[in-house]
Amino acid sequence: MGWLAILIPLVVFVVLGFVATLLFGWLIPALGGDLHSWYAALLKAAFILLGFVMPLAGVLTWMERRQSAMMQDRLGPNRANVGPVRAFGLMHFVADALKMLFKEDFVPANANKLLFALGPVMAIAPVLITFAVVPWGSGVCAGHLTDRLTDGQLAQCLDTGGGRFQVVHLEIGLLFYFAIASLAVYGATLAGWASYNKWSLLGGLRASSQMMSYEVTMGLAILGAFLVYGSLEPATIVQAQGDSILHWGVVTQPLGFVLFFTAAIAETKRTPFDIPEGESEVIGYFVEYSGMRFGMFYLAEFMEVIFTSAIVATVFFGGWQIPGLHADGFVAGQMPHWLVCTLQFVAWAVKVFVLCWFQLMIRWTMPRFRPDQLMRLGWKQLLPASLANILITAGVVLALMPGAK
Amino acid sequence: MAIGVKVVARPRDLGQQAYVPALVKGLGVTMRHFFDNLFGGGKHIVTIQYPEERAVYPKRYRGLHRLMVREDGSVRCVACMCCPTVCPAHCITILAEQTGNPNEKRPRVFEIDELRCVVCGLCVEACPCDAIRMDTGIWSSPVALRGDAVQGKADLMKRGALSTAVQGGAGGDWRDKQR
Ligand code: SF4
Ligand code: SF4
Repeated sequence: MGWLAILIPLVVFVVLGFVATLLFGWLIPALGGDLHSWYAALLKAAFILLGFVMPLAGVLTWMERRQSAMMQDRLGPNRANVGPVRAFGLMHFVADALKMLFKEDFVPANANKLLFALGPVMAIAPVLITFAVVPWGSGVCAGHLTDRLTDGQLAQCLDTGGGRFQVVHLEIGLLFYFAIASLAVYGATLAGWASYNKWSLLGGLRASSQMMSYEVTMGLAILGAFLVYGSLEPATIVQAQGDSILHWGVVTQPLGFVLFFTAAIAETKRTPFDIPEGESEVIGYFVEYSGMRFGMFYLAEFMEVIFTSAIVATVFFGGWQIPGLHADGFVAGQMPHWLVCTLQFVAWAVKVFVLCWFQLMIRWTMPRFRPDQLMRLGWKQLLPASLANILITAGVVLALMPGAK
Repeated sequence: MAIGVKVVARPRDLGQQAYVPALVKGLGVTMRHFFDNLFGGGKHIVTIQYPEERAVYPKRYRGLHRLMVREDGSVRCVACMCCPTVCPAHCITILAEQTGNPNEKRPRVFEIDELRCVVCGLCVEACPCDAIRMDTGIWSSPVALRGDAVQGKADLMKRGALSTAVQGGAGGDWRDKQR
């Protein structure tokens, strides 16, 4: 039975990868569409968000409960069914969504109506936007799906054809990510303030102090990777990790990986960094929210988990790269283009999935930090460590750089 | 008397301060359980899936009450009022009536409010003629209305069975029989 937990996601990812390859490599060009156009970008966004992120976020809400149950020797929710189809209770997230949609949407009497409504939107929108820069595959060369392309041909085709598996190819990609992701703090703070409730206000303040503190570490921790790969563009960073597993960020930047991952988990506001929410004791910033507005906070949290996984996979685990897999297979001329494309998407999806699983693992293992411990960890331990990481990395890069004496 | 304060030393060794070794150890434990349960067919899982699986109650578990019957199918209870007297929750209501036998009464109404019952079992202890028992092993079932939780004489006797205890004990002449 347990093997299904590996097999089913794998099959789904293969199907998704194949669909993406067909959609952007054949269907859109065949219909006369232009892959450089705005509607192609929109389609890519729709594909990755509606096809991968949203369903996975939904499944994660169920997976979190099942997984935590397994870790604690329980069974977890395994009952929700459609007729006789029970599927291990997988339908629980659908039931959850329905429940939230039909619950009363309560607005406290003295709340600021506009900001109260804006809170969940501000929490969820930045996460959705940041997915624009994540590359989920090298991309397709339209019209050459059955050909055996070399690395060079593919690179040229991607530069001109616009078939990249990435919504926007931004030179400042990761900076864009930091810029947008830091907006998420407004969601929490606004929600806390607009609720007209002292406890939610305090929760919002805790959220903003925590998120701002850890953003610093997060930005500095990833600087090491910038130095190593010489680019801010996620697709380029992934490209640079292709040759072997030794080029992966986790090998070249082990400290950077630990620091970034820690800070990113803190950004998602989940245990052990869940002081802003404190589900059971300290009451969080969304205490006044109910129904689907609460559901949006909830969903945003899980999408942040996915996004954290996606960025960590991109920068530290080679993104869509499978070590040794070139544009024409493991040996020259072995695989057609569509197969490689699909495999790369599957590699990316598997990495994201495993990292999500790992984050859930951490979330259900660690106890919560105290606020003072949290601040001490952020400012006195992670920050100096990330600064040291930059210095060392810069020194090594300088020493190894051709032309440096 | 002043309250003493015991200062607990903070862990000073690097292993504890660095947090990471403890984290790895903790992850090891949770992961072991997770994989054991996922791939080992739920090795450690203690959940009982209620409607399908049921916990086995111990033999002397005090379940829903029942009233035992005699050979002729009539109720064994003689309305002696021992059980309503002893019941700490005052949840037994008995209205007695006459039988043809001048030595015995019987309950016309026998009601137990299972919502008030504290399941102490004293009524069973008190009964002189093995008329009331709690050995059904049935967990009080949920009801929609509070009134439905009141078990009447018919309900109680439905679960009843023949008791082989001698009704009335050894009889009024037991002292004579001793000789
Ligand atoms: S079990 Fe205790 S509380 Fe319940 S009816 Fe008997 S004597 Fe009363
Ligand atoms: S103690 Fe026994 S005989 Fe007496 S009233 Fe109760 S059930 Fe009837």
